[in-house]
Amino acid sequence: MQTKSEFGYDSKIEGDVVVTTVDAALNWFRANSVWPMPMGLACCAIELMAAGASRFDISRFGSEVMRFSPRQSDCMIVAGTVTYKMASCLKRIYDQMAEPKWVIAMGACASTGGMYRSYAVLQGVDNIVPVDIYVSGCPPRPEAVLDALIKLQNKIRTQPVLKNLNVLNRFTAPAIS
Amino acid sequence: MAALESIQKIQAQFGTAISGPSEFRGERTLTLADPDRILELCQFAKRQLGFDYLVDLSSVDNYGEDPRWTLVYHLRSLKRGEELRIKTSVSEEKSELPSVLEVWRTVNWHEREIYDMMGIRFAGHPDLRRILMWEGYPYFPLRKDFPLAGKPTDLPGVAFTRPAPLEGGPFVTLPGGGDATGREPRVRTPED
Repeated sequence: MQTKSEFGYDSKIEGDVVVTTVDAALNWFRANSVWPMPMGLACCAIELMAAGASRFDISRFGSEVMRFSPRQSDCMIVAGTVTYKMASCLKRIYDQMAEPKWVIAMGACASTGGMYRSYAVLQGVDNIVPVDIYVSGCPPRPEAVLDALIKLQNKIRTQPVLKNLNVLNRFTAPAIS
Repeated sequence: MAALESIQKIQAQFGTAISGPSEFRGERTLTLADPDRILELCQFAKRQLGFDYLVDLSSVDNYGEDPRWTLVYHLRSLKRGEELRIKTSVSEEKSELPSVLEVWRTVNWHEREIYDMMGIRFAGHPDLRRILMWEGYPYFPLRKDFPLAGKPTDLPGVAFTRPAPLEGGPFVTLPGGGDATGREPRVRTPED
């Protein structure tokens, strides 16, 4: 290999090489660029907006890219009361999100139905989608949302990625054969 | 407050079909005996008397009484600042009365909501679909004989409902006197 080339790797400029596993590297990417799908359904959405604004600044954790398209988002933040009429829409949006995907149930209503013990309200969004993090509060403070995001990042860092790729192969196998 | 002049004109036009006015805190209410004439009455009120604004349309469930339904039309004349309330009752067997959509177009969603929550139909409404619950929901949840917790339903691929856990509730606050401990939400039966 030509070592005199100025395009080659120069450890004096680039720093030392970091050796890691593929899993850890992929998780590092994933955990620090969680793009939220803001499912704002009630007053919790106002606090979610505050979490995104300058005072609390969710971009410190790489999650400032609120995507209103399920195709481009990783983490659905269910912020607010889920009525039964909205539940089917929410499930559909969740189904449209690409893997890997996570769900934060923000506030009492999304977690349990909250104070709405009524015929119209779904008693906890975990009845229809798998929830990773529950946030208490009515509504929660923006700090609580950031705390949930940090907990989710910690969870993402421990999830094996390559093992999940085998799951992907299982899905594509019937199409090949 | 409705000027008596307007009420006298309605009484002259509709005669014995109109009873009242009853007065409560300066507000006057007329009662129409025949619900099928509500469209005629509303047309008269808007075109002849200038009640150009429908404030609200609401419905009452007099559960256990006949007729079961009462509909309440809140009218206002923006020019004169007059208000008038018209009530009319519909039996449960009939559960239908004419739509007043051609008089006030704003009533479109009011009538849809009453159909959705109470199950009263409005003849002549062009789009009488449910508005709050989804299409296909089998009950009318604001009726007095419908439990607050709801009933189980399942419409595969569309929606489902399960009864909400009330834990002995509903929890009701005690309005008025007492300290905060006495007023706080508790399970209260009507006898309390």
